[in-house]
Amino acid sequence: MHTKTIAELAAGLRAKEYTSVELTQHFLNRIKNLDSQYNSFVSITEEIALAQAKEADERLAKGDANPLCGIPIAHKDIFCTNGVRTACGSKMLDNFIPPYDATVVENLRAAGAVMLGKVNMDEFAMGSSNETSFYGPVKNPWDTDCVPGGSSGGSAAAVAGLLAPGATATDTGGSIRQPASHCGLTGIKPTYGRVSRWGMIAFASSLDQAGVLTRSAEDAAIMLSAMASYDDKDSTCINQPTEDYTATLGNSLDGLRIGVPKEYFGEGLRPEIAEHVRTALKWYEGQGATLVDIELPHTHLSVPAYYVIAPAECSANLSRFDGVRYGHRCDDPKDLNDLYKRTRAEGFGDEVKRRILVGTYALSAGYYDAYYRKAMKVRRLIKQDFDQAFEKVDVIMGPTTTAPAFKFGAKGNDPVAMYLEDIYTIATNLAGLPGLSIPCGLVDEKPVGLQVIGKAFDEGKLLNVAHQYQLATDFHQLTAPGIK
Amino acid sequence: MEWETVIGLEVHVQLATKTKIFSGAATQFGAEPNTQACAIDLAMPGTLPVANEEAFRYAVMFGLAIDAEIGKESVFERKNYFYPDLPKGYQTTQLDQPIVGPGKVDITLDDGRTKTVRIHHAHLEEDAGKSLHEDFHGMSGIDLNRAGTPLIEIVSEPDMSNAEEAVAYAKKLHSIVTSLGICDGEMSQGSMRFDVNISIRPKGEEKLGTRTETKNLNSFRFMEEAIALEVERQIEVLESGGSITQETRLYDGDTGKARAMRSKEEANDYRYFPCPDLLPVVLDEDYINAVREHLPEMPEARKARFASDYSLNDYDAGILSSDRATADYFEQTAKLSGDAKLAANWVMGEVSAKLNASETTITHSVVNAEQLAGVILRIKDGTISSKTAKTVFEALWNQEGDSADAVIEAKGLKQVSDTGALEAMADEVIANSPKQVDNYKNAAEDKRPRMLGYFVGQIMKASKGQANPQAINEILLKKLNELL
Repeated sequence: MHTKTIAELAAGLRAKEYTSVELTQHFLNRIKNLDSQYNSFVSITEEIALAQAKEADERLAKGDANPLCGIPIAHKDIFCTNGVRTACGSKMLDNFIPPYDATVVENLRAAGAVMLGKVNMDEFAMGSSNETSFYGPVKNPWDTDCVPGGSSGGSAAAVAGLLAPGATATDTGGSIRQPASHCGLTGIKPTYGRVSRWGMIAFASSLDQAGVLTRSAEDAAIMLSAMASYDDKDSTCINQPTEDYTATLGNSLDGLRIGVPKEYFGEGLRPEIAEHVRTALKWYEGQGATLVDIELPHTHLSVPAYYVIAPAECSANLSRFDGVRYGHRCDDPKDLNDLYKRTRAEGFGDEVKRRILVGTYALSAGYYDAYYRKAMKVRRLIKQDFDQAFEKVDVIMGPTTTAPAFKFGAKGNDPVAMYLEDIYTIATNLAGLPGLSIPCGLVDEKPVGLQVIGKAFDEGKLLNVAHQYQLATDFHQLTAPGIK
Repeated sequence: MEWETVIGLEVHVQLATKTKIFSGAATQFGAEPNTQACAIDLAMPGTLPVANEEAFRYAVMFGLAIDAEIGKESVFERKNYFYPDLPKGYQTTQLDQPIVGPGKVDITLDDGRTKTVRIHHAHLEEDAGKSLHEDFHGMSGIDLNRAGTPLIEIVSEPDMSNAEEAVAYAKKLHSIVTSLGICDGEMSQGSMRFDVNISIRPKGEEKLGTRTETKNLNSFRFMEEAIALEVERQIEVLESGGSITQETRLYDGDTGKARAMRSKEEANDYRYFPCPDLLPVVLDEDYINAVREHLPEMPEARKARFASDYSLNDYDAGILSSDRATADYFEQTAKLSGDAKLAANWVMGEVSAKLNASETTITHSVVNAEQLAGVILRIKDGTISSKTAKTVFEALWNQEGDSADAVIEAKGLKQVSDTGALEAMADEVIANSPKQVDNYKNAAEDKRPRMLGYFVGQIMKASKGQANPQAINEILLKKLNELL
């Protein structure tokens, strides 16, 4: 059962090959037996899962048509779950049990999905390797000496390890697409404002967006259709009708104009990855698509701009963790300052502290114009680059990462090298556009991804473009060696 | 040396919206601690703010009332600082793009002089919670009921040159916001709080002196006292060769003393930046015009109308129109009783005295306008004398009855106008007072009316004050003149 996609499992449930309870129990068993290799789950919600599965079986018996009904999934531990500890990878929230559900959790539950548990992540989603989690690093099922990528590394490892057929994830600078690339999965970050951020613990509010990690574009379409909604609890959510993304998966690629940015093939990119991407582009050409050389001239500024804006926002977003109302509190504070200092010194890890410091500095009197204001200007230029490119093309394609997954500790002492992990993905967040990564080959026996970037609200087209590729290729069906 | 004082005010006005500025929690004053604070007010992880339209409408009403430009696009910013009653670790406020731009307020001083105070701007922001330092055995308690209550902060130019002007300006703002109905005006509950910026300079000097800010004054009297004290202090410092430190000061109304809280060097760097959780709010002309059309009558217009419609003198009209609750109370009383002059006298006399004595405002008056009108109607139709009316009012205030009629009935206060009964009483008094009757008869004609007083007094005594004095006069005159 665990080798099947969500679409296949949905058919199996309706053909009564197994019940949701059986399916759920099967995945729970796998998690219990196998996850010690990956450390992808931080909580297993067995009781909730089985109760939800039972409910789903009742719905299925009444003919429920939602393809997610009865499908077990995992939630990134950044999404608040009513009554279930939500720690966001941090000691700070190790004891935090929210009294509410994130809208994403609520929507998937309404569709009938079953929650297996909560999955590991970089602390407060800050990291590209999953090494910053308070709950220990997550290992890449393709090579357990390597990182799965981050921050949604737990989601990626759980799906790549076949411990869940799909998982929710979030992407602030590449946190869905980069792990998708490193773990051989399909990962989509929707347009900013497409999915509600209510109940999703904020890292950088203007960049954070929820999405999914799955084993096919079709599965991603199924999950995203259920997750996306307009939500009046999130002021930045855009009031746009929801779509059934599976409806357009079969559209023809004939006439598709694909932009190929030269900036995404420059220095630092492993030649084998460039090769795989070009092979994929050729395949698209063969389907009637046209390749258009484009320029995104401000690409080289995206990482520096991002590492001002995201830390600036996070420095304020994380101020609420002060030991006063919930979360970690230091022992015996002797006064207010001591409470703040020790609570935050003990509760946050190094990377989180680094970003709070950077952000605080960038917003300080005398530095604001040089850093924050300038970064916001760059952000506008980057958005302009995309706007101009999309006058000529329908989608943009390039690599997701410069290299396959790296070994633990390889970039541990070099934050900038770590930040460059997201060099191809960050601009999309700055521009608020949807982006997706699908596997397009192996390098060093590890998967690498093809990134597809679309116009705002063109998730349907991205998934269609990815699905067509997956109908003709089998990179997405490869599983890590040793996984049966 | 002769000194000149320069004063500018920052006034915080709590808006009387039903719910908070960014959450659905109620704003009512005086509830049990933390019973009006929801997950958003507590800054629980993953929660998001949604702006309250009513707060914007109220702010626009204020802007229109002071002839200000309305910000077509207003932007919320985060003002970052740590304090236990500030749950998010930042206050959501406005800085560069406030909702209300430059405007003006005209004030009238005691000597009849008028002056215009320019308003720099007014912005929307959220109130903080309260720290409670008593009853916690050396610890502090936090009440977050007030956290998120909408405020407008009204920032004046430094246009006032003494305490009298500052108080007149503050009272005028009170009158404007209560007349608009956007603030309950309850000073004792903190609905209006004043920060006073004070500097002095040698008379004739252009350049402003170094200013201090005395924060959080919550009554006109405290403000007046604090200004006098601070001006005196600054003169003393400068005349003894010292210099003024730019600092924040606190005035304690109970002890009449002030102290420095923090200097400019110790001041927080608030690291303002636009709040990424809230989009800029764009108000179009139609919206602003719709608010304008529903603007209630302003104090000045109402004063003029009171003077002409009810033939009140300028002074009375001014007092009765100064705040909306008083104006409404008076106008209702005048309409129901059909006697504006009596209504005005009662509102400014008995009602005002009772409110002062019980330290409450007219909104909470025990005797409402309808009841007061009932008293006045009975004076006018001769059922009770003006003197008895005070007894009836007193009884109503003590809740000894629901209406004037009920009190008059229950206490037997009805005035005796029955001619037969009065004639009998007159006959008895005349028969029992031979000496006074002789005196009357022998007196010169022009002295006689004055001697009538004795007989009237006797009858009033006999009737326990319930005889109609007008009727007694006529009967006595007739009877005594018959004896001549």
